[in-house]
Amino acid sequence: MPSRLEITLKDDLIDAEGEGIRQKAENYFGIHLARVRTIQIITIDADLSVEQLEAVQREIFTNPVTQISSFDPLSIKFDWTIWVGYRPGVRDNPGSTAVEAMEDVLGVKFGPDEAVYTSKRYCIEGQGVGADDLAKLAGELLANDVIQQWKIVAARDWDPAVGIGYIIPKVKLDHTPTVTTIPVDSDRSLQRVSDERYLALNPNDIPTIRAYFLDPQVRNARAQVGLSDPTDVELEYISQARSDHCNHNTFRGLFRYREVESGHFEVVDDLFKTCIETPTLALKARKPWVISVLWDNAGAGRFDQDHYYVITGETHNSPSNMEAYGGAITGIVGVYRDPLGTGKGSRLVMGSYGYCVGPRDYAGELKPHLHPRRLLDGVIEGVRDGGNKSGIPTTFGQVFFHPAYLGKCLVFVTAVGIMPAQVKGEPAEQKHTSPGDLVIMCGGRVGKDGIHGVTAASETFSEHTPAGHVQIGDPYTQKKMHDFLLEARDEGLIRFITDNGGGGLSSSVGESARFSNGCAIQLEKVPLKYEGLDQWEIWVSESQERMTVAVHPEDQALFFELSQKHAVESTVIGRYTDSGRLHITYNDQTCAYIDLDLLQSRFPQWEFEAHWLSPEGRGLCEPVLQAPDDYGRLLKDLLARPNICSSEWIIRQYDHEVQGSSVIKPLIGAERDVNSDAAVIRPVLHSPRGLAFAQALLPSYSAIDAYHMTSCTIDEALRRLVAVGADLEHIGGVDNFCWPNIQYHPADNPDGKFKAAQLVRACWALRDTCQAYEIPLLSGKDSMYVDGHLPGRYGERHKVSALATLQFSAISAIGDTTRCVTMDAKIPGDLVYVLGATRNELGGSEYYAHLGYVGLNVPQVRPEQFRTVYRALSQAIEQGCVASAHGIYRGGLGVHLAMVAMGGNLGMHIELGRVPVDGVDRNDRLLFSESAGRFIVTIDPAKQSIFEDILQGTNYACIGTVTAAPAVVISGLNHQTLIAVDAGELKRAWKKTFGDLI
Amino acid sequence: MRGGEPPEAQRSQKTGGRHPVKAVRVLVLGGYGLNCDHETAYAFELAGASPCRVHINSLINGSVRLDAFQILVLIGGFSWGDDHGAGVIQAVRLKTQIGDKILEFVDQGNLVLGICNGFQTLANLGLLPGLDGDYEKRSVALTFNDCGNFRDQWVNLKTDTASPCIFTRGIDQLELPVRHGEGKLYGAKPTIERLLDTHQAALRYVLPNGEPARNRFPFNPNGSVHDIAGICDPTGRIFGLMPHPEAYNHWTNHPDWTRNREAAKRQGKPPPDADITPGLRMLQNAVNFIRESE
Repeated sequence: MPSRLEITLKDDLIDAEGEGIRQKAENYFGIHLARVRTIQIITIDADLSVEQLEAVQREIFTNPVTQISSFDPLSIKFDWTIWVGYRPGVRDNPGSTAVEAMEDVLGVKFGPDEAVYTSKRYCIEGQGVGADDLAKLAGELLANDVIQQWKIVAARDWDPAVGIGYIIPKVKLDHTPTVTTIPVDSDRSLQRVSDERYLALNPNDIPTIRAYFLDPQVRNARAQVGLSDPTDVELEYISQARSDHCNHNTFRGLFRYREVESGHFEVVDDLFKTCIETPTLALKARKPWVISVLWDNAGAGRFDQDHYYVITGETHNSPSNMEAYGGAITGIVGVYRDPLGTGKGSRLVMGSYGYCVGPRDYAGELKPHLHPRRLLDGVIEGVRDGGNKSGIPTTFGQVFFHPAYLGKCLVFVTAVGIMPAQVKGEPAEQKHTSPGDLVIMCGGRVGKDGIHGVTAASETFSEHTPAGHVQIGDPYTQKKMHDFLLEARDEGLIRFITDNGGGGLSSSVGESARFSNGCAIQLEKVPLKYEGLDQWEIWVSESQERMTVAVHPEDQALFFELSQKHAVESTVIGRYTDSGRLHITYNDQTCAYIDLDLLQSRFPQWEFEAHWLSPEGRGLCEPVLQAPDDYGRLLKDLLARPNICSSEWIIRQYDHEVQGSSVIKPLIGAERDVNSDAAVIRPVLHSPRGLAFAQALLPSYSAIDAYHMTSCTIDEALRRLVAVGADLEHIGGVDNFCWPNIQYHPADNPDGKFKAAQLVRACWALRDTCQAYEIPLLSGKDSMYVDGHLPGRYGERHKVSALATLQFSAISAIGDTTRCVTMDAKIPGDLVYVLGATRNELGGSEYYAHLGYVGLNVPQVRPEQFRTVYRALSQAIEQGCVASAHGIYRGGLGVHLAMVAMGGNLGMHIELGRVPVDGVDRNDRLLFSESAGRFIVTIDPAKQSIFEDILQGTNYACIGTVTAAPAVVISGLNHQTLIAVDAGELKRAWKKTFGDLI
Repeated sequence: MRGGEPPEAQRSQKTGGRHPVKAVRVLVLGGYGLNCDHETAYAFELAGASPCRVHINSLINGSVRLDAFQILVLIGGFSWGDDHGAGVIQAVRLKTQIGDKILEFVDQGNLVLGICNGFQTLANLGLLPGLDGDYEKRSVALTFNDCGNFRDQWVNLKTDTASPCIFTRGIDQLELPVRHGEGKLYGAKPTIERLLDTHQAALRYVLPNGEPARNRFPFNPNGSVHDIAGICDPTGRIFGLMPHPEAYNHWTNHPDWTRNREAAKRQGKPPPDADITPGLRMLQNAVNFIRESE
């Protein structure tokens, strides 16, 4: 007989969760609730005595100071009560930790069929709240349909003796694991199987796959292990390995690029090779600080003689779009496994986020799966829990709102780690598997999580059917594994390590086996969450928090001793071999037997038509616009725009100081509320050296030309680093492309050729800009299908494609962190400088967007010119003659002068007529052009001559002074005062947009 | 090993023939989702101690002995994911497995420090507030922030200079970061009043000018009653606080450090706190206490 303990806060304590729900109900749906109280429910499915139950109630589950609890339903007043619990098979972390604690307190061991399940009951009071409202609250706010189930009970239907009942979400699969053989008699039949099983095999790949399995030599070898036609395990393996996600088929594709107006045509063969690999390897040869690129889970650069840093960035767009919280937490926790699986393992030292979503106040006709407000809240919370609970500081982040992301949101997550240069005398960045090494899976167990659509489609849904293809990242399990694996690394026990992400064991074992050239896996040894998984499901499941490790047999005992100490499950699931084959058995029956080199060579290249139409050719032009006269109001309105305004509410939810390494925080200045240009951390605490990190994304510019979007994005990320004092000779980059589908289809994707041309041009810009700035690409990823189909007013569905988006991350090692500078004006009387020329480049700007235009003159990057400025500023910072430095980014000079003043809570006197220009003669263009390559710098007047000496030969000017009186006073080209507003008033405007959020 | 000398000998040479400084051994307890172990150990090192990062299970299975140490630190993080309340399961594990050893450790005059999750654990263990010498009774709790969310910010703090607390000795006001979602100190009114009377409420949130925060957000970031940020036991040897002294281990950790540096530079002065930060002074107090008591 199960028991059910209900726990709630004492009545006089604020129920913050309940209050949050009350507010969200109001804000999201306009449903007025009077009060919401939360009850935690612990359902114990185990044979325990009354004394035992009372002991755990007292010792674990009830805080005598703040809580009350009862094994009978608590009598909390409500008009309606909503119960929310997990669906079967969804990881219930509090349930598992409850078992751990109960075993401690009671000195017992739970049996395999015993478990604890957690759930919640919300007691809702509100007059006139109807059943429809409740259904909305339950289905859209309190529960997530994919992973949770719920029950709604009205007060009149509530039986206080019965309560909510006993709901046990135990998985029961009455299924015998079965390997299915798939006929390959024709391309069509294999295509049909691919469609039925959601294998997503590319039609061009099918003949290659068939030819392999029909090859007499192959058939002969397979016959000896009892196989003939391919098994489902094998086809799943090939499908995973050939997916665009794993293989970068798009970037490695063949592009027929044509400029429609000029007729210029060229064939571009392999963007990855020509624009990423070749330039990066050339830079690696010249820059000894580049340690490891292009092959591992993350790229590595030298931090100091004894340490390397590693960096990588990922996106988790589709899952976050479906289930914001789960998708985002899985994304951040997942990207943290990449550094952990780089070299022989790296310790995580920093993370960052980038969100592109629809407008938070979207009120249009389209109905996205989740309204952007809810989606953003969920994503923020997912990354918060994933990052904070991993103990990794989230030091940087950005949010960008645009209706093009209504179809699918973008969630970028980036991770930085650090490793010793050597482990037990061996290079830590290198790793390989050898024949005889054990294949060990560490961390979580395997369930149906993350298995593609086939499960949901082929099974009827019952109350014991596990929720498939959705994962909820579990930072707690992963943190334990992280600590364990780093200790194992330091003992020299790890030969090879990689994470189980997309494709699960199929990817991690498949990739690691290439080093030794073979492996033999016993699938029945893989620990499962519940019985009844088919072999192929075990092989491709994406259950999270797992790493695959190669260990020498003689190190096995110590490895498992450490594993046990850290309470981490590790299992030997096979051995690496040099057979040339991936050999998988299940209870001694072979279920896969594939030549490892099948995947390397024999598949056809993807092909794309790419047609470029110039911006003019597409009808873009500059707006006919006369200069405004109310600049004060205009500046405040620009500051309040969602893509410029304060997002302090997000930043403060993220622990950005754990590990004690914080040097430049995300929020700085006199009131610690203005955004810094870049984050700086001191990841090796006893060293004065640091890492500077910044990111940029400027997708608005893609509406004009993705080439300039890309170069400006890279320039901004670089400038952000320069502004805090980074070393120009040591800048590493990470490119994260998110693009709509580029494969042309006359009906489904009629502008596919243009999108393909945008991608080609973006890659060219990546190549050109990184070469010019000498930025090797330490890592990068692409996510190619950022499109959604949204229902409209009449039930029609609209395809909404994202803007062509690049997030660029830049990282630099800093020699002495105590020389870093921040962007806030420091001392009244300081001189204000602008470095770099302002041009008539307002295309894609916030100013134009504010007035409803796109424009034509998109900002352009001139690397050779800009670099002299960057060098000079670096030198000035190095010599200690800069009080503050700030790049001029989105919004232009006016917006960023305001930022510098707001940062210092000080005023400024500025003369626009002194600003260095190149062809600009209007105040509005001077103030709001987004020309790249520029900075605002303030300096001590006593340093003026040293500073100007350093800047000799660059385009710069002193444009005013910092004042104690907090008014920002800007006079225009005709010397009349354009703007005279208090910094405090500007700040209020900048903060009001999201000011009521905490 | 050529010219090799045991480290102890080198050290006594350095101290010029005087008595070698005795190592103050600090046990920094980690594992199970705790995450401030590296910086806490580092900060204690800077404070002059010999810290050791130890997994909870190593302490439980006896491979590391608590009685080899003089200071026990329960650190920040999310022990057991903070499921069932912050610090709850860590407290259960410690109490059921080595509760007697911890009481013995306290009894022998050693020090216990709980930071953030460690403070929550001490409250759940009953080691704090330890009223009437009862070190097993839970009488205060750290519950969800009134603001409803996890929050990272720096806070202004003021000590109770009449407090028996070892850790806050000689410190009047300081700034430290808080980073928590469950930091609201709460207890029955008589309990809280006693803590104030006995000066066990050693650390409180204040406004930047030193005036009481009086529950004003964000100066009191979580809604703690009477703005209490940290409490000690009646002896002052057990101390728990929500702010993170170990995260102020370097003067560049302070949010205003570039501003302070610039202001000092104009006056020809070195930046403030460049030698030792207030966060480290708190730990140094503990180290000095052990040194002096031996």
